[in-house]
Amino acid sequence: MTSIGQSYLKKLSRRNEPYVFLVLLALCLLIEIRSGQFFSSNNLVDISSAMIVPGLFAIGAFMVIVSGGIDVSFPALASLSAYATTKFLLDIQYEGNVFLALVIALAIGALLGAFNGLFIGYFKLPALIVTLGSSSVFKGVMQGALNSKQLTTIPVGMREFGVSSLFIAKNPVSGLTSRMPVAFIALVVVLAIVFVMLKYTMFGRAIYGIGGSEVSAHRAGFRVERTKFIMYILVGMIASLAGIIRTCMMQQNHPTNMLGMEMNIIAGVVLGGTLITGGRGTLLGSMLGTLLIVIVENSLILIGVPTSYKSVFVGALIIVGTGMSAYQVMRMNTEKRTKGRRKEAVR
Amino acid sequence: MGEKLLNALNIDKSFVGVHALNQVNFSLSSGEIHCLAGENGSGKSTLIKVISGVYAPDSGEIEFNGRHYQKMTPIEAINQGIQVIYQDFSVFPNLTVMENLALNSELADKRKWVNWKRIREIAEESVKKINFKVDLDALVGSLSVAEKQMIAISRALMFNTKLIIMDEPTTSLTKKEVHRLFEIILKLKEQGIAILFVSHKLDEVFEISERFTILRNGEIVGTGSTKELDQKKFSYYMTGREFNPSHFIPEHIEKDALFEARNISLEKHLRNISFELHKGEILGITGLLDSGRSELALAMFGAKQIDEGQWYKNGEPVRLDSVRDAIGQNIGYVPEDRLSEGLFLPQSIGDNIIISEIDKLTKLFGVMDKDKKEKEIDHWMKELSVASPLASNACQTLSGGNQQRVVLAKWLACNLDILILNGPTVGVDIGSKHDIHAILQNLARQGLGIIIISDDLPEVLENCSRLLVMKNGEIVANINTSTSDEKTIYSYML
Amino acid sequence: MKKTPKLLSFTDDLHIRRLTVIIFGWMIFIALTKFSKFYSLLNFQTMASQFPEFGLMSLGVMVTMITGGIDLSVVGIANLTSILNAFILLRFTDEMGSLPPGMILLVFALAVLIGALAGIFNGLLISKFHIPPILATMGSGELFTGICLAMTNGNAVSKFSRDYAQTINAKMFSIIPVQLIIFAVMALIIWFLLSKTSYGTKIYLLGTSSKAAYFSGLKVDTLIIKTYMLSGMAAALGGMIMLANYNSARADYGTVYTLQCVLIVVLGGVNPIGGKGKISGVVLAIILLRMLETGINRFPKISSYYISLIWGGVLILVMVLNYFSEKKVPAKVTEVPKDGTEKKD
Repeated sequence: MTSIGQSYLKKLSRRNEPYVFLVLLALCLLIEIRSGQFFSSNNLVDISSAMIVPGLFAIGAFMVIVSGGIDVSFPALASLSAYATTKFLLDIQYEGNVFLALVIALAIGALLGAFNGLFIGYFKLPALIVTLGSSSVFKGVMQGALNSKQLTTIPVGMREFGVSSLFIAKNPVSGLTSRMPVAFIALVVVLAIVFVMLKYTMFGRAIYGIGGSEVSAHRAGFRVERTKFIMYILVGMIASLAGIIRTCMMQQNHPTNMLGMEMNIIAGVVLGGTLITGGRGTLLGSMLGTLLIVIVENSLILIGVPTSYKSVFVGALIIVGTGMSAYQVMRMNTEKRTKGRRKEAVR
Repeated sequence: MGEKLLNALNIDKSFVGVHALNQVNFSLSSGEIHCLAGENGSGKSTLIKVISGVYAPDSGEIEFNGRHYQKMTPIEAINQGIQVIYQDFSVFPNLTVMENLALNSELADKRKWVNWKRIREIAEESVKKINFKVDLDALVGSLSVAEKQMIAISRALMFNTKLIIMDEPTTSLTKKEVHRLFEIILKLKEQGIAILFVSHKLDEVFEISERFTILRNGEIVGTGSTKELDQKKFSYYMTGREFNPSHFIPEHIEKDALFEARNISLEKHLRNISFELHKGEILGITGLLDSGRSELALAMFGAKQIDEGQWYKNGEPVRLDSVRDAIGQNIGYVPEDRLSEGLFLPQSIGDNIIISEIDKLTKLFGVMDKDKKEKEIDHWMKELSVASPLASNACQTLSGGNQQRVVLAKWLACNLDILILNGPTVGVDIGSKHDIHAILQNLARQGLGIIIISDDLPEVLENCSRLLVMKNGEIVANINTSTSDEKTIYSYML
Repeated sequence: MKKTPKLLSFTDDLHIRRLTVIIFGWMIFIALTKFSKFYSLLNFQTMASQFPEFGLMSLGVMVTMITGGIDLSVVGIANLTSILNAFILLRFTDEMGSLPPGMILLVFALAVLIGALAGIFNGLLISKFHIPPILATMGSGELFTGICLAMTNGNAVSKFSRDYAQTINAKMFSIIPVQLIIFAVMALIIWFLLSKTSYGTKIYLLGTSSKAAYFSGLKVDTLIIKTYMLSGMAAALGGMIMLANYNSARADYGTVYTLQCVLIVVLGGVNPIGGKGKISGVVLAIILLRMLETGINRFPKISSYYISLIWGGVLILVMVLNYFSEKKVPAKVTEVPKDGTEKKD
C-alpha cells in the first residue's frame, strides 16, 4: 500500500496544481496576516464575484490551448456579442427577463466562434494568426458597422439579473457587505459541463488527442477538422456568455473595456500548468492559475500595495511561474535524454 | 501458407508528373510474412497507401478477402481488417497507455461517451494478446520506442485484423527489441494474420520474411521466395547497379595518437572509456542501442559533459565542454538524426554547407564576403558531387544521400582533423551508401581521423580498420576488422 | 482589386508581389475617388510621421519571429523608454525652456541603451531559463508596463521642453519628416544585418531548427539574446517617436500596437514558425496599413473604425490565398523520409 501511496505522491508532485495551490495559499495567508481582511466573508465573496468573467474566459482559453492552438480573439468576440445583444434589446425595447439576452448572445458567440473555427479547423491556418485577424475584424464590426458607443442603460431584464444575488455577505468588523451574484452559477455550470465533456466524451478526448499529436488523431479516426470547428464554436459561446454577464454585472456596456484581457487570461491558464504547446493541463489548474491572477489584481490593495503596482506583480508572476515550469520540463528532459536544445514552440 | 488474402492487379498511380506506380501486381496470402523493399521514392509508400485506402489508384483493382474494390477507403480498409503501423506509431504522447490502446477501437465503435472502466478493460485485453507488460497509467511519452511500438501492435490487433502493414518497424529498435518484435510477428502468423513488412535492411528480410517484393521506380523488379535471394541480387534489384564491397585498407596510419580518451565516465552511460584514434584511420564503434555508443559520440562532440576522465588531442589535454569547444579542436560530428540535428531543410544548400565556418567567410564586423562564400560553396558542392542545379535550392529538395553529402560538406569545410559519424548511412539508399563509404575512405587516406558509430555491422566491417565494441557503457572488445566477422562481434555485443 | 491569374505564378516573392499589388490597387482606387484629398505632400508627410512609431516596433517583432520567437513586450519597452526619458527631460527644464545642445542625441542614446537592456532581459529569460518566447515576453511586457504605472501612477508625463517634440516633428530639407528618417535608418540597419552579415544567416538558420543550429556550433543563446536586444532597441526608438508625437508619455499609450505589430509582421510574410521572412515585406505591410487607414479617413461617411475590420480581413485573406497557392504546388511526390520535417501545429 505504501508504494502505491508513494507513486501517487510522486505523480502528484509532477503536476503543477499542487504548487499553484501552495503559492495561492501562501499569498492568501500573507494577505490575511497583513490585513486580517482576506478571509472575511465579504472579501471572499468579492473575489468569487471578480472571478466569474475571467473564469469563464479561462475555460475557453484552456480548451483552445489544450488542443494545441491559441485564441487571442475572445475579448473582442465577447465585446462584439455583448454589445450587439444589448443594443438590439434596447432598440426593440425589450422588457422581458434575461434569458432572451443569453440566447442571443450565445447564438452570436457561436457564429463568431464558427468564423475562427472555419479558418483554423478547415483551412488549417495557424490559430494565432487567425485569431489576431478575427479579433481585429470583430472590433471593426463593433466599432465600425455597429458604431458602438458606451451604453449607460441596459434592458431591464439584464439589469435585474445583474443585481440579483444568491446571498449577501456582511463583514462583522467593517460592516461592509458584498453580494454573491446569481451569475456565479453560470461559472459553476459551465465548469461542470466542460469538465464532463473533456473527461467523459470522445469529443473531449479528441481535444486532448489533437493537442498531443494531430497526425495520430487523424489516423486514429478522429475527425480533426470538425472537432476543432465545434470547439471554437463552444469557446465562442462561453466567451460570449462571459461578455453578456459582465455587461449585466456592470449595469452598463462599455464596448472596449474588455479588450486587452487576453494576455492575463492566457497567463493564468499557463500558470495553472497547461502546456502552451498543447495536450496537457487540467481545468482545476487553469482555475487556480486564474484565481491567482485575480487575487493579485484585486487584493494587493488590502496589504497596502498601491493598485498602480498591480502589473508589476502580475508580470513578475508570469515570468517566475512560467520560468519554474519551464525549468521543471527541462529537468525532466535532461533526466531522460541528452541535453539537446528543444525548439521553442511559438503559437 | 493460407488462402489468398490480398490481390492487387495492375495498379497504376500517378502524381503531377510522376508515375509512382506502374502496372503493379502484388499478392499476399493469410499468415504470410512478406517483405516489401525499395529505395526512397521507389513507390513502396504509395503502394501501402493504395492498399490501406489512403490513395485511390488511377486504374487497377484490389481484391481483399474475396471482395473486389476499385478503390478502398480508409474506413473500409479498417473494417476489412487492414491495419497500418506507421514509423511514428501514431501514438498520443500526452495520453496514458490505457487510452492509447483503447481510443481507436472506441472510435471505430462510434462511441460518444468515455467509460473509463471499459477503456481499462479494452486496454488490458489488448496487451494480453501479445503478452505485453506495461503500466497502463503511464504516459506514452515516457515510454521507450520499443514499448510504443508494442502499443501500436496491440492496438492494431483489436480490429479482427487480417493484415498488418509495418512501415520500417525496426528503424529505432535495439537488436534485442528486434528479436522480440520478430517473435511477436511469428506468433501473429500462427494466428493466420498476414504481415507486410517494409524494410530495406537485408538481414531482416532474410531472417523473417518468406516472400519478398522489390520495387524500383514504381515497378516491381523482383519478387519471389526469400530463399532464392542473396546479398548481390538484393542490391541489384534495389538499385539496378552492381556493387563490389571494398574493404578499407588504411594506407598510412601515424604512430602518435591524434585523439585520445582516457578513463572517460559519464553517470549511468559511460564507464572508464579509453581509446586512441590515429591519423588516417577509420575507427568503428558499435554496440546495442543502449550500450552508450551515442552518449560517447555526443561526449566527444562536447554535447554531453563528462563527469570524469580526460581528452587528449595530439598529446595535449583538451576540454570538450561544449559543441564550440569541439569545433575549436577541429572535430566535426555528423549526427544520427540528420533531418533534425544535421540540416536546416528549408534553407539553401549553400547556407547549410557554410554555416559552421561562417565566421571565417566574413570581412570586417561580420559582413559576409560574398565572393569567398560562393567560391567555398561551389568548391564543396563539386568536391562531394552534390547533385543539385543550384546552391540556392532548399536542402529538402535533395535525396537522402545528397543530404548526407551536404552534412559532410559542412564539416569538411571546417578543415577538420577528426570526423565523428553517428549512423552515417541510416535512411540512405544503397547507391548513395556506397558513394559515401568511398568518400570516407578517401578522406582517411588524405590523413583525416574518422570515427564511425554504427550498428550496421557490414558497414563497420567494410569501412573500419579497427572496431571498438561497447556494452553497458564500457568498451568490451577492441577488434581488428580484417580478422573478424559479424558473428564474433555480435557475441561481444550481447 | 481582382487578383489576376498571373499573380499566382510561383516565385519566391509571391507574397511581396501580392502586397505591392494590393497597395497599388488601393492607391488607384483612392486616386479615382478622392484624389485631391489623398495625393498631397502634406498628407504623405503626415503618414510618414505616423507610421514609424509602430513601424519600429514591428521591425523588432520581425527579427524575433525570424528566430522562431515573438516579442510581445515591444509596447512595454517603448513606454518604459519614453517615460524614463520624459522624466530626464523634465529634470532639465520645463515646457518653455530650451534643451542644451546635444541633449536630444543623448536621450536617444539613452533610449537605445534602455531598449537594449530590456531586450537582453527578454533574451535571458528565453535562452537561459527556457521560457517559451510568447510567455516570457508577455510577462516582461506586463512587468515593464507595471514599472511604468508604478512610476507614474497611470498619469501622463508631459510639460517637458517643447524643443524635443519640435525637433522630432521637424522636416529635413523641409520635406522629409524626421520620424521617417529614424525609421529608415533602423530599417536599413536591420536589412543590412539580415542580408549582409553572418548574424543574419545565423538567425534564419536558428529559426529553422535550433537543434541543428546547436549541433552546427552556433552560439544559440548569444544569438537569441542579441536578437531580442535588437528588438528592444527598435521598440525603444518607437517609444521615443511616440513621446514626440503625443508630446507626452503614459503607461498605456499604444497598447493596441502589440497585436497590430504581430499582424503586420505576419502580413509582411514572416513565418511565425521561424526561419523565413524579408524586411521588404514587413515595410510594405507597414505602409499598406498606414495607407488604408489614412485613405479610409478621407471618406467622412465611413467610420475610421472600419480600418480594424479591413485590416483583420486583409490578414485572413492573404493567409487563405497562401493556403490555396501552397496547395497548388505539386504535392510532395517524392516520399518525404520519416517525420523529421513535420512541424506540429
